Amino acid sequence: MNKSRSALLWTALILIMLGSLHTAWRHFVHQVPLLPGSQQTYWDLEARVEMEAQGKPIKVRLAIPQSQPSFLMRSEHTASPGFGVSLTEGNQRYAEWSIRTAAGTQWLYYRTQFQFDPKQHIAAVDHAPALVSSTWSLPLQAAAAQILRRSWQESADAFSLAKALVEQLTNEKNQNGRLLLSEMTAAEAMVNLLNDAKTPARILYGIQLEDGRRRQGLQQLVQVFDGQRWQLFAVNSALNINITGKNYLLWQQQAGPILEVEGAQESKVTFSMLSTHEPASSSVNALAVKDALLSLSIHSLPISEQTLFKTLLLLPLGALVVVVLRVFVGLKTSGTFMPLLIALAFLEMSLSAGLITFLLLVGAGLVLRQLLAHLNLLLVARVAAVIVCVIGMIALFAVVSFHTGITTGMKVTLFPMIILAWTIERMSILWEEDGPMEVVKQGGGSLITATLAFLLMDIYEVRYWMFNFLGLQLVVLALILMVGSYTGYRLFELWRFNPLANQALASSKIKE
Amino acid sequence: MLNWLKKHFVSPKRLNELGVLGLNERNLACISAHNPRKGFPLVDDKLQTKLLAQDYQIATPALLGVIRHQAEIAKFERYLPVQDGFVIKPAQGSGGKGILVIQSAKEGRYLKASGEWVTQQTVQRHLSNLISGLYSLGGHPDVALIESLIHSSSDFADFTFEGVPDIRVIIYHGYPVMAMMRLSTRDSDGKANLHQGAIGVGIDLKLGTAIQAVQHDRPVYLHPDTGSALHKLRIQNWQNLLELAARCYDMTGLGYLGADLVVDAELGPLLLELNARPGLAIQMANGTGLKPRLQAIDQHRAKLKGPTENYQTRVNLAQQLFTQKPLFTQKSPIPPFTNTQQVCSIKPANVECNNQ
Repeated sequence: MNKSRSALLWTALILIMLGSLHTAWRHFVHQVPLLPGSQQTYWDLEARVEMEAQGKPIKVRLAIPQSQPSFLMRSEHTASPGFGVSLTEGNQRYAEWSIRTAAGTQWLYYRTQFQFDPKQHIAAVDHAPALVSSTWSLPLQAAAAQILRRSWQESADAFSLAKALVEQLTNEKNQNGRLLLSEMTAAEAMVNLLNDAKTPARILYGIQLEDGRRRQGLQQLVQVFDGQRWQLFAVNSALNINITGKNYLLWQQQAGPILEVEGAQESKVTFSMLSTHEPASSSVNALAVKDALLSLSIHSLPISEQTLFKTLLLLPLGALVVVVLRVFVGLKTSGTFMPLLIALAFLEMSLSAGLITFLLLVGAGLVLRQLLAHLNLLLVARVAAVIVCVIGMIALFAVVSFHTGITTGMKVTLFPMIILAWTIERMSILWEEDGPMEVVKQGGGSLITATLAFLLMDIYEVRYWMFNFLGLQLVVLALILMVGSYTGYRLFELWRFNPLANQALASSKIKE
Repeated sequence: MLNWLKKHFVSPKRLNELGVLGLNERNLACISAHNPRKGFPLVDDKLQTKLLAQDYQIATPALLGVIRHQAEIAKFERYLPVQDGFVIKPAQGSGGKGILVIQSAKEGRYLKASGEWVTQQTVQRHLSNLISGLYSLGGHPDVALIESLIHSSSDFADFTFEGVPDIRVIIYHGYPVMAMMRLSTRDSDGKANLHQGAIGVGIDLKLGTAIQAVQHDRPVYLHPDTGSALHKLRIQNWQNLLELAARCYDMTGLGYLGADLVVDAELGPLLLELNARPGLAIQMANGTGLKPRLQAIDQHRAKLKGPTENYQTRVNLAQQLFTQKPLFTQKSPIPPFTNTQQVCSIKPANVECNNQ
């Protein structure tokens, strides 16, 4: 017993030392600051080209972005096993890959990092495209003229004209707008209309930046020129019309195809992105990429993988909370690690919204489960029926919360539904066998655990540390090991065995 | 605040002095250290326990039938005794979950222990749930055992509400170290489960008499439903019962074991089931901690040379080491009943107990 105990202590000690060493190394060698501090927002973007090679020579040309207002390019590189690569500069930059022969599915990666800085002035070097006289089909001509006339009256310059046009095109009730959109995309209609008004404009492909998105496609954005200046407009929503300087990045600088492939089939390109907040002074990522293997850093992985790890790396902390509450406090939960999954769902919503939806879901689920009990079903079928009901309820919540303007309800889908269904089943049985008190106890214990895990995982600094200092994972592991060998009393037992102690005291007094 | 804490919580130091075993220590120092993993299935699966007990000639309630598949449920009645009641149990259940006690059957309707008549369909639904794994650890598919009903010894008739009282003995490397009787109450729905509200009565290992009683982890002096004074509880044939419990160690090889026994009116002590993770409430019922007793057995075993002792020697040794004075001595209890004769005549309990 003692032997295994000391072995455990040594293991924990070594883990903590390794973890601290790695953390120190990240700090001193890679100059990752210990506190998040003052920061710049960086966007890591990754384009992944996928295609089926036919055993023939392949040539691939991918349009790639460059610095533009609000976005400063910091670094770029490509990954492509066996392919020759060259980047061509010019008005439109391209990455060109070529290979003599290849077979099977091929993947090519282009990664770049942009610094987001709306205040910094980055010259928008560009030339307005030539005006193209548009040819409307007869039925559309009148509609186009009407839209243009109205917008012209409501506007003062090229940009306000563009804004007015988008408002009309996205207005569901505008008959003329509906007519135009039945024939062409909103972006095409808008460029045609602007050209009619002698305002140069063109469609460029850009990307909407949202942290942690994977497998995204590009969007059509409309670039509107007023002399040498230009602004960007998104035409798919009335909420966010002028998007210059916001979270939209132009992927191309000139109209033209994004991806050209010769010698392979079924080619496509998808985009992943991740935002990181890092101190302005250090060149963290450049270093991280250089000795990727040595640094054991998640930051050397493709971005689509990194986004997954941002959440995954928080899980050990949540597990630690579960272990601590179980071993030191003795809190009863329904399902050992179920609270952790609830906490993850909370992370995606807010705490209060999460708690309310959880309570509503489980409460409504228990009522439904009671109704199902009368149907006399087999267990697995009953749980499956509860799953269907839970999903139905979630859909209902989403719809209701959307129409009442509470947007958090939309994210209810993140609750682990299968686990929720089992929880409902178990709680219902518990209710029948041990009474509602036990349900409240276990349900409350689960929620307390989930809330504490959430509060810990939600701390900004904690997220920063767990993602940037992987050595801390070892420290968490060491803590879990040490908690796991604790043989003392739980807090709950101090209350439970209290009468025993009082009695012993009383009987010893009587003896005296 | 501090006073409130002191009133409701005992200090860990004090608890340690009393030798109370906590859950963490039980898990690590008792279960992990002394119970080899391969012994668990013998105990977790009641069917295996039963078959093994038959090999070792340890008496158990008669097994009437086993239902393994949903298809057999329709014909479950062919296993039933002609007149008598029966019990349906999940083979891998825990904490008394999923046990259905039927007192008697009449024209396709069944009388539950609670006095409620249920239909054949209800029993079949229970069997279906059970086989699907509703009551088993981890939700694995399970099998249903149908056993003959135990007829509680009349000695205990006054001490129990509906259910059959059972006796839990903790056996440490074959030596009984602590025992308690569990009496069902209206609160516990006739089940002998402490966390559902059954009464736990600590039993002196030497005499088989009551030491003290607890319900919901708090001391009680009278059975809340029958009004009997709990200090009068005494188990006949105690020696046989302890020996039966001690033999379960030889059968399973588990070092830290809880044996649940019942006393049948005709058949005497029977082994009901075994538990590789016995709970800690037994300490509350006995008003003392387990740790000093485990240490005493450890010391004894360390001195022991040659072959392991047989069960009779082990029981005798435990009885010498662990006899205990009754604790029914505290300030007079507030009787939950005031209108029964028996309650009014209650005397300070220690007088009587010391006379025994």
